[in-house]
Amino acid sequence: MTESSTTNTTHLMTINMGPQHPSTHGVLRLLLELDGEKIVKATPHIGFLHRGVEKLAEFRTYHQCIPLTDRLDYVAPFSNNLAYALAVEKLIGIDVPERAQHIRVLLCELTRISSHLLWLATHALDIGAMTVFFYCFRERETIYDLFELVSGARLHTSFIRVGGVAKDLPGGFLEKTRKFVTEFPSRLREYETLLTDNPIWKKRTVGVGVISAEDAIDYGLSGPSLRGSGVNWDMRKSEAYSSYNKYHFTVPVGKNGDVYDRYAVRIEEMRQSNNIVHQAIDILPKGDITAHVPKVTLPPKEDVETKMEAMIHHFKLIIQGIRPPKGEVYASIEAPKGELGFYIVSDGSSKPYRLKIRPPSFVNLEALPKMVEGRLLPDVVATIGSLDIVLGEIDR
Amino acid sequence: MEERWVRVGIESRLGDNVLTTTLETMINWARKSSLWPMPFGLACCALEMMAVVAPRYDLARFGAEVFRFSPRQSDLMIVAGTLTYKMASVARKIYDQMPEPKWVIAMGACAISGGIYNTYSVVQGIDQIMPVDVYLPGCPPRPEALIQAIMEIQKKIEKGSFEKKA
Amino acid sequence: MDSEAIAAVIKAKFPKAIVDSSIFRSELTLVVEKGYITEVAKFLKEDKELNFNFLSDLCGVDRIETDGVFEVVYHLYSIDKNHRVRLKVPVPSHEPYIPTVVNIWKTANWHERETYDMFGIIFEGHPDLRKILTSEDFEGYPLRKDYPVDKRQPPTLYDTYRRSKE
Repeated sequence: MTESSTTNTTHLMTINMGPQHPSTHGVLRLLLELDGEKIVKATPHIGFLHRGVEKLAEFRTYHQCIPLTDRLDYVAPFSNNLAYALAVEKLIGIDVPERAQHIRVLLCELTRISSHLLWLATHALDIGAMTVFFYCFRERETIYDLFELVSGARLHTSFIRVGGVAKDLPGGFLEKTRKFVTEFPSRLREYETLLTDNPIWKKRTVGVGVISAEDAIDYGLSGPSLRGSGVNWDMRKSEAYSSYNKYHFTVPVGKNGDVYDRYAVRIEEMRQSNNIVHQAIDILPKGDITAHVPKVTLPPKEDVETKMEAMIHHFKLIIQGIRPPKGEVYASIEAPKGELGFYIVSDGSSKPYRLKIRPPSFVNLEALPKMVEGRLLPDVVATIGSLDIVLGEIDR
Repeated sequence: MEERWVRVGIESRLGDNVLTTTLETMINWARKSSLWPMPFGLACCALEMMAVVAPRYDLARFGAEVFRFSPRQSDLMIVAGTLTYKMASVARKIYDQMPEPKWVIAMGACAISGGIYNTYSVVQGIDQIMPVDVYLPGCPPRPEALIQAIMEIQKKIEKGSFEKKA
Repeated sequence: MDSEAIAAVIKAKFPKAIVDSSIFRSELTLVVEKGYITEVAKFLKEDKELNFNFLSDLCGVDRIETDGVFEVVYHLYSIDKNHRVRLKVPVPSHEPYIPTVVNIWKTANWHERETYDMFGIIFEGHPDLRKILTSEDFEGYPLRKDYPVDKRQPPTLYDTYRRSKE
């Protein structure tokens, strides 16, 4: 190589990554300005899956919005349902029975495991470890079986409703879940033997996509992406919703804010979630699965089939919907990807006047240029994977 | 010269034989047994599409597990998810880049008709921009359903005339 | 700090800027005069006791029909102090301009772009105010109440398919 060609840095090349690309996890488009292999500038372009959910919600009754929430972060439907249900419950001002709260916790933690498994599968696949993908999907199928048992659907469950949950847990569910959570730690060790000390994995992840704690907060990162940088903030601890204060778990925190730390945080989170599910099965109290508030929650199905008043009540509620008071609330939860918030403005009618979703992936993705600029092209793939984005909730 | 190779599979039973068939049957058989799908994963359905290649559903049993992210190497486009107007031109471009013969599966309610998203930004069915061979309903369809859709494509290839498609 | 204390501190510091304050479901809402938003935001972030270092969310609300304004809503959180506040800034609909807060919280960048895209509110001083979710040739602002939910803008789509068919 001649000397002139090595010192010539004025030729920048712009390449287009996505929106159809195997490692952008959906329809993300990145415009990368390259100086050789080095990234000078990265510009994410989003909106390729913008479905107009917030607009559509203004034409749906409060109950009809629940299926829309499933399809935001489609990897974690229960978490989305829960965040929305909490917002509406706050708006109306109802308390959820204890059993329902614990069922919610149980399902949300299973969701967290399943969401992190998908992240691990695709993240490892992007970097070149194919085996992990097959292992993770084996466990995901087991979790999907549990979801199907409880709600009848694998993906879009719409199970958590305003005031509680749709149904009680079916027979055999707890036994099957216990079997899964007993097995799962050994499976997790299996993944870790493949990756955690693997020199290739470490070369691709350690010191890559670094973001400092101050920057992470400034960019609004949340969830494992923030904790990887060493900020100990988990809404399950700081603003314990849905009886999370009754569970014992630790919040794993990273140190360097690189891809490897975010990996380590999520792996440990799966272990903690597994623990929480264990506890939830043990302490699950008996009682109602939904609050009994007239004009908000549906009467029990048996009553609807046998009693006239219950049937009329059911019919009216379905046709007319809930009418919450005038006002506005913001409720957020620790979703698998970070702070998932719902801001609802009510004008007193049966449909939300405005429904704003605060999607964690949207905000997390914003920090991507900060993490990759000045690094090499292959680091982009590793960094996108480590942010665990889902385009469904980014674009809404 | 003495034969030294071991016979495996069907030839171990048939021995040295000549099979006669038509060229069309032969080519159609070859095409249907090695479909290379182009996974056009847009939204939720993409998860079920991934589940199909994973161990439990194992699409390899149907000879269609080689997912190729380059349209130039594939002959079956699985459009899985909601197609928006912003994405539509990309989808059409990718369809155009696929070499003939090619087939399209519209996976899920959104790809078929826009699904629940009757909004300003969503294309109400991908058949507005590309021809569709199999419509696969569901929100999302189960992995078994996707396998059935691929089997329907295989039937279609088997019955079709290879000249017209090529 | 609880909501009342936060409200008292801010009101004492900016008696003119805070037009209204209310607590609904234990959530504090402060209505801020448009001209003061940068000052108030800066104070909320830098004050040691308040320490609102995390901008959770920023969005718009269309209130044209009742009040003739857009509301820009800020949800602030303090990771260290664990308290929240909501700021609302009314922006007249005939001249929807408001100063940006990107230089205070970097995360506001995309939120403001989205609010611009959805409502047409212009954030003065924003480094890169472009559309973010809708496509570049999209006309109108979809989340305004006067934009019909199913008004589609498919400019070149049908042509693409027809041309290829002919």
